[in-house]
Amino acid sequence: MSVRDQITKEIAENDVVLYMKGTPVFPQCGFSSVAVQILSSLGVKFKAVDVLKDPDVRQGIKDFSNWPTIPQLYVKGEFVGGSDILREMYESDELAPFLAEKGIACQPAA
Amino acid sequence: MAMQAAEIERLIKEAFPDAEVTITDLAGDNDHYAAMIASSAFKGKTRVQQHQMVYDALKGRMGGVLHALSLQTTVKA
Repeated sequence: MSVRDQITKEIAENDVVLYMKGTPVFPQCGFSSVAVQILSSLGVKFKAVDVLKDPDVRQGIKDFSNWPTIPQLYVKGEFVGGSDILREMYESDELAPFLAEKGIACQPAA
Repeated sequence: MAMQAAEIERLIKEAFPDAEVTITDLAGDNDHYAAMIASSAFKGKTRVQQHQMVYDALKGRMGGVLHALSLQTTVKA
């Protein structure tokens, strides 16, 4: 299966997918860590893909979305953005409504 | 791998002649910058599209020579 097919399958089968460096518990890059913190603070369940584990995915995801950096967030198969956009949406209170509109459950920390 | 702030600004202004550009060196290592860019070219574009336009202006340096460029784009009236 080509990397493109693999990515297409992953983002189709999982509502929220975060392509990142490292894992949610051990992010290996500040920007990936920001993305994880934002999703966790909204209590969003997501599938994390560690691009450091597979150089083909690390490059393939950039080609797939025509976006040169990691992390990359996908919601219902749609590319939402990297950590800048995620943080901007979060800080302007757009992220939670966006996710709700897509039917993604959020349980913000009490 | 590194890039000078002036070089980043030059490339952005080349692509967006009317742009107001503010570049902040985040770490003093010529590798971690934040850029605020206001341009009328962003009008009607989504955030993703706006950032992609900036990455295109940097002609492939983003994620390569330039490791980190935190972007904030706004539409200039």
